Amino acid sequence: MKPEDVGEEVLKSGVRGRGGAGFPAGMKWKFLDRKSGKPIYLICNADESEPGTFKDRQIMYKDPHQLIEGMMIAAYTIGAKQAFIYIRAEFFEGARILNRAIEEAKEHGFCGNNILGTDFSCDLVVHRGAGAYICGEETGLIESLEGKRPNPRIKPPYFPAVLGLYQCPTIVNNVETLCNVKHIIDMGGDEFAKIGKPNNTGTRIWCVSGQVKRPGYYEFECGALTLGEMIFGVCGGLLPGRSLKAVIPGGSSAKILRADERFKGTHKDGTEFDWGLEDIPLDFDGPMAAGSMSGSGGIIVMDDTVDIVEAMANINAFYAHESCGQCTPCREGSLWMRKITKRMCSGGAREEDADLLLSVANQIEGRTICAFGEAAAWPTQSFISKFRDDFVNKAKSNNEPRNEKSLQLI
Amino acid sequence: MISPKEQELITINLNGKEVEVPNGINAIEAAALHGKEIPHYCYHSHLSVAGNCRMCLIEMGTPMRDRATGDAILEEDGSPKIGWVPKPVIGCATNVSPGMHLRTESEKVKGCQEGIMEFLLVNHPLDCPICDQAGECRLQEFATDYGRGYSRYVERKNVKPKRTRLGPRVTLDDERCILCSRCIRFSQEVAKDDVLGFVDRGSFSTLTCFPGKELANNYSLNTVDICPVGALTSTDFRFKMRVWFLKETPSICSESSAGCNTLVSSREGVIHRITPRRNDLVNDSWMTDSGRMLYKSVKSEDRLLQSQIDGEKASSSDAFERAGDILKGKKLGIVASARSTVEELFLIKQLAASTDAKVFLRGHFGEDDGILLSADRTPNLRGALATELIEQYPSDHLTDLGNKLDQGDVDALLVFSEDLEESGLSESQMNVPIVYVGTHQNSSVKAAKVVLPALTVFEKSGSFINRSFILQSFKQAVPGPAGVLGDTQLISELHHRLSGEDKPSTVPSDLWAAIAEKSNQVFSGISYQELLKNCIQLDGSSWSELPFVEQQALHYNLEKQPA
Repeated sequence: MKPEDVGEEVLKSGVRGRGGAGFPAGMKWKFLDRKSGKPIYLICNADESEPGTFKDRQIMYKDPHQLIEGMMIAAYTIGAKQAFIYIRAEFFEGARILNRAIEEAKEHGFCGNNILGTDFSCDLVVHRGAGAYICGEETGLIESLEGKRPNPRIKPPYFPAVLGLYQCPTIVNNVETLCNVKHIIDMGGDEFAKIGKPNNTGTRIWCVSGQVKRPGYYEFECGALTLGEMIFGVCGGLLPGRSLKAVIPGGSSAKILRADERFKGTHKDGTEFDWGLEDIPLDFDGPMAAGSMSGSGGIIVMDDTVDIVEAMANINAFYAHESCGQCTPCREGSLWMRKITKRMCSGGAREEDADLLLSVANQIEGRTICAFGEAAAWPTQSFISKFRDDFVNKAKSNNEPRNEKSLQLI
Repeated sequence: MISPKEQELITINLNGKEVEVPNGINAIEAAALHGKEIPHYCYHSHLSVAGNCRMCLIEMGTPMRDRATGDAILEEDGSPKIGWVPKPVIGCATNVSPGMHLRTESEKVKGCQEGIMEFLLVNHPLDCPICDQAGECRLQEFATDYGRGYSRYVERKNVKPKRTRLGPRVTLDDERCILCSRCIRFSQEVAKDDVLGFVDRGSFSTLTCFPGKELANNYSLNTVDICPVGALTSTDFRFKMRVWFLKETPSICSESSAGCNTLVSSREGVIHRITPRRNDLVNDSWMTDSGRMLYKSVKSEDRLLQSQIDGEKASSSDAFERAGDILKGKKLGIVASARSTVEELFLIKQLAASTDAKVFLRGHFGEDDGILLSADRTPNLRGALATELIEQYPSDHLTDLGNKLDQGDVDALLVFSEDLEESGLSESQMNVPIVYVGTHQNSSVKAAKVVLPALTVFEKSGSFINRSFILQSFKQAVPGPAGVLGDTQLISELHHRLSGEDKPSTVPSDLWAAIAEKSNQVFSGISYQELLKNCIQLDGSSWSELPFVEQQALHYNLEKQPA
């Protein structure tokens, strides 16, 4: 197969990026600037850091060759002679596994010089991060890979497909996406597109955490089951005597969904839907239609024992700690929100704090260099809009004893 | 005179009004051309775009085109349909294109500005009463112009180091820093001395020098100028003077032939600091640290404040009388200086012509830093060439004068500014009647029979021709010491005494009329009024054969010079 044909198959498969945004991978490859004459790079984003997400880790730990094969096919398609796996610092075992696998692949001629006796060569390097969530943002990752502080770049003009690594055209794909490429070429784009649902092709690995009996990672065809089937069937339901309070469907930056909510609207094809939380189909479009997103596939389940304000404080603490500090709204806003929710959980809550939090989050959203701003703002916006009473009532219970353990986290 | 190039103009829509702007400039510059301010912190016209402060968020839209045909999509009334970008965009990274629509004053934009201002202030110490930047602080200005005017912040503020020494001349207050990265980009891109960076992350990010490095380059104080807040302060100026008391006078740096445009800030006749003044043809917005310190010579102890005859203090009228007596009728040699102004050099030329004096001039040379400190350490060597005072490129010694003195071709000297001993003259060679005109004590003062004190560059007006043959005028910033005559008046008086002719006029407009008429043709058509308004590019091609010592540097291209 020629590179263009491979690209065509991937486009036909309709595979959408598994990193969080869900952008069609074949389309992303089409944006690549091939006319510049500069070298083209392929980067695998293995900086899996979204709270609630642990799928890429399992792939790399359990089947690293699947990733290497997918990457070599992708590199062949885009014409990259150098590929990188940027893996988060905490996966030191993963880096060892990958390095060993790359050695094995090279021995068998699956990677490196003259792959499988052809004149196509592509070297693959594992680069370990240093422990920063922002390195999962593709331009931040590129800066980090260049050896700099991972400050995300402004877009325009620095779209990776045109001005990426070392100002050369670069494709950055998630681990799961690249693994899918292998299967697309195995079975053909059309055949792959039959898995799942139209516009939601292939399988996804869902990572379920929180208060369910069997948390873990589960691979299903897109749209094969609903959120309710996942929580109450696959994961064995909630702990005894508990009831469902809320679910975050796609990693901590996705908007929270309330258990007793109804989600109504119209699909693109004109059909209407009226879902309870349990009816939301697990694919790309389902959570999106419910006003949240499937993001990185990290489903966080919360039962009625969860203090929503403390959960909010926990998430805010994460984003304040991980903001790179480059642009003003995210840098100052995320820490401000953290300080507010920390105070609220430490006996200093005020009734007006809910409105203040919402206003601060609104001042961040859409005004930052990278999508971290939204990632930090969406949880707050959705927590306040769905659980305003919990925030207002916090002020009335200021004198109640605090859970010191949960305070340590925030 | 050479006129600048025309730029291609395009039409954009700014807040509902069609306006013309040069193609490709960014929205901040485009709006500024039409009197609309887009507030910004991190953007600086002479640095790369960082886009991190988010203060310049505006609404932007472009004419929509049909994807299939590429034709413009029209509204019902026939005007092009505008596709507005849903999120606000940063003005600094938005380059204008034909038909682009910009909104800089909409409710959405105001909301963004209020939000960013609030964020910038939540961890700001608000210590304006003790902050040097107060009065010229963008944070203060934009808080009043674009902020909400009240604070909703009740949490504790972040605490950071308050007085970090970044280098010998720069002190940092980290709490005031808004992390705009202007100083970092300046160090990397202009000073080429990459020593600054951020450590830690999020709101705890802190500006610092790399381990074992310090901000010690000769351009470090520019980081203080471009710091939009009071974070980087000049150790020299810190806590000395409130900026609103300062009078700012446009001046030209006399450190080298680069001719940096400057502002001399003074209060009640005392200079407190010198800062660069923007001129995109000469120095952008920069100048050297060493150039900023030149003002210290005004009040230095070895300053000449009174006329002297034979080493004794004398009145200036007696000194002029005596100078006339000892120089008149002699085989006069004039040692002129490339530190004098064009006007002074022109008058010296007149003086030399009417007294048949021979003119000598030496150069002062040093190392070229490739930016704004050129190898020629005099501000006006090209002025001496243009006024036809000298024809050859000078050496750094007065050897020629020494020979003439030995041979008896010169037996009296009128010396401006130069130190004769340092210029290579021996004690015996200096054993002729010498009249010295200068500002500070040196060997020439000791050898001179008559000493006439002169004014420093800060105490007089005039003009210099820089290394690119750009003629620039400067104004008097502070009054000179009581009783010290201006240099042009002094030369005019000597002219009268030595030649018996009428005193040449020293009124600037008369002087410039005379220069345009009598001096080299490069000055033809230049009036004093025009000189005051603009810097003027002269045609230096007649001197293109001379071995100028300047190296390639900011806005000085060896291939293209002289222009």
